[in-house]
Amino acid sequence: MVHRTTRRGLLKGGLATGAALAAAGGARAEGDPAILELQEWNQFLGEGVDARPYGFPSEFEAHVKRRNVEWLTADPVSSVNFTPLHELDGIITPNGLCFERHHAGIAEIDPAEHRLMINGLVETELVFTMQDLLRFPRENRVYFLECAANSGMEWRGAQLNGCQFTHGMIHNVMYTGVPLRYLLETAGLKTNAKWLLPEGADASGMTRSVPIEKAMDDCLVAFKMNGEALRPEQGYPVRLVVPGWEGNMWVKWLRRIEVGDEPWHHREETSKYTDLLENGTARRFTWEMDAKSVITNPSPQAPILHDKGHTVLTGVAWSGRGTIPRVDVTLDGGKNWHQARMDGPSLSKSMHRFYYEFDWDGSPLLLQSRAHDSTGYVQPTKNELRAFRGENSIYHNNGIQTWYVDEKGIAENVEVS
Amino acid sequence: MSKFPELAAVALAVALAGPAAAQSFDLGRPATEAEVAAWDIDIRPDGMGLPEGSGDVWTGEELYVDLCASCHGDFGEARGRWPVLAGGDGTLTDDRPVKTIGSYWPYLSTVWDYVHRAMPFGQAQMLTDDEVYAITAYLLYLNYIVEDDFTLSHENFTEVRLPNEENFFLDDRAEAELAAFSDEVCMTDCKDAVEITARAAVVDVTPDDAAARERREAAAAGADAGVTETDAAEEVVEAAAEEPAVDPQLVADGEKAFAKCRACHQVGEGAKNRSGPHLNGVIGRLAGSIEGFRYSRAFQEAHDEGLTWTEETLAEFLAKPRTYIKGTKMSFAGFRQDEDIDAVIAYLSTFE
Repeated sequence: MVHRTTRRGLLKGGLATGAALAAAGGARAEGDPAILELQEWNQFLGEGVDARPYGFPSEFEAHVKRRNVEWLTADPVSSVNFTPLHELDGIITPNGLCFERHHAGIAEIDPAEHRLMINGLVETELVFTMQDLLRFPRENRVYFLECAANSGMEWRGAQLNGCQFTHGMIHNVMYTGVPLRYLLETAGLKTNAKWLLPEGADASGMTRSVPIEKAMDDCLVAFKMNGEALRPEQGYPVRLVVPGWEGNMWVKWLRRIEVGDEPWHHREETSKYTDLLENGTARRFTWEMDAKSVITNPSPQAPILHDKGHTVLTGVAWSGRGTIPRVDVTLDGGKNWHQARMDGPSLSKSMHRFYYEFDWDGSPLLLQSRAHDSTGYVQPTKNELRAFRGENSIYHNNGIQTWYVDEKGIAENVEVS
Repeated sequence: MSKFPELAAVALAVALAGPAAAQSFDLGRPATEAEVAAWDIDIRPDGMGLPEGSGDVWTGEELYVDLCASCHGDFGEARGRWPVLAGGDGTLTDDRPVKTIGSYWPYLSTVWDYVHRAMPFGQAQMLTDDEVYAITAYLLYLNYIVEDDFTLSHENFTEVRLPNEENFFLDDRAEAELAAFSDEVCMTDCKDAVEITARAAVVDVTPDDAAARERREAAAAGADAGVTETDAAEEVVEAAAEEPAVDPQLVADGEKAFAKCRACHQVGEGAKNRSGPHLNGVIGRLAGSIEGFRYSRAFQEAHDEGLTWTEETLAEFLAKPRTYIKGTKMSFAGFRQDEDIDAVIAYLSTFE
């Protein structure tokens, strides 16, 4: 594709040609000052290797951060913030940008004082120190963690302007941890062991009931994320990883796992994290996250900043049931669809990255993406979901997202017929 | 437990036997009975885990008013966006369902378990078993499930059923929805017309994002956005640098110790009343004087008597709040260390 220089491109880049020359005056006659003038970083010494023992992003990236929606909850210590998906690329979420959801604030735990207990229907009730956990064989796996309430504010219609807010209760990192079954088999499961109750060491004492089949299949007891220790807000020193299932089950600050023969029906699986349907009944134990996708650029927080011409559309897709072999993209609100280009690793229960490059003619767009997962499931529209569930489910809203992009490149969260 | 002497042997065993073979490791140590008892606090609907004890509605009301009403409201109606605990009968099919213990929760054991493990908010596990029985009894009374002479105990606990128990069912998405969501998809000429039916801009509830706003303006103006939020942040830092000298280490310690207060009290720019009043300018302020905050009767009296928060009075209050102002609804039991009190007061003195 030929890159054509345009008037807006000139102004933004500060380039000088005959046309800009007349407007900008003689100073720019010879070219771009970013090139013509000696820059300070090009002349003076920078900081040494002792200045940044733990590195942070450039000061020019200071706007790339987690944000919360103040009106959403009563208090920030029992609340959620959102991953800035529109600022990220590839599939890995940097540790400092992984969204947070706490029910009683961040527990700050000295790993030397942390213990993991396994009790209940086991041959020997056991206590592990962090040092004990490090002596089990480890696995490294990339998984997405999505809050069941991600996009929950959108059930009644388009609410929030930005994929950070509509879809940012998700992150995708590489975990290092011990398969949970090694711990359970070391304790020795009794024959009537059917359910687990992982419990957190925070001031909410977070608990969820997990069926034994899932625990023995792919759950991890993880202590590293993206190679370094878990961040305190992600459960340091150790958390449960429950691949493909709703984030609330991934108990942080994991201190105990009870083994039982029945589920416990605790607060976060009765009062919360149950899906109320239109007829007044409610689904319980809706653990798996359905296939979902969102276009991250352009989006309301990331408008198109260039004039018409070559444009990169990108986004992410994921499924709690497997991989994402395919994502479709539409520019016209669903009249015509195009297969997007998948790029980067395709891992089960991990985020996938897609791109669609096109020549924007400068006219308004209605952008949508539609994920297909490896089981054949196709992401539904929001109205298709509402037909089954009504508008009061709160959780598990995986409907197709629409962004309206106007002729200036400004994007807005909308719904379409 | 079977024991493997070396991890290599284990890895080999996994490779040969496949994932189904049980793997046991000679790691960890047996838990003592006292350790399991200290941590195993969970309760199930069938009563498993319930300790012996009892509590009546009236005792529960007293505790509730002291410890719970500041967030959940005097009658479980809730303040702000804290959870509503009572009412909402028959609203589950409404546009705005009110999901409470009486209208939605399936099991009473969930109430007992959660109050016991996590309440009062920020003071978890301070209640005795009898107090949890009493508060649970009061919550049943607020939901018209028991009369005011009711006493809840481990003996009658499982006889109490919540009204909405039968209206939950296991996840059936695979049967109910999957077929509809795995059709062949249309790729071309799928619709004749597309209309915008809803716009987030009309709702206008998105938090301000300065960087995004500047980019939108830049896109609209056709010019580049150069300013980021760092400018605003730097201004705040500069302004803070001009503050008069309070021992910065003491202030930093105070900020840490203030973690115990933060669940209910805000400080700093934009601080609002939460379950406790905001604490900007608290030093030198008349007790109980923040407009719009609903103080306990005890605090209203202290206000009328002219109690002013100085470093001295605040220190006494923070050492034993409920002794200093009998009847305060602040659930905090007090700082044990004098150093923490000094530090918190130094920290609070930095907020005008």
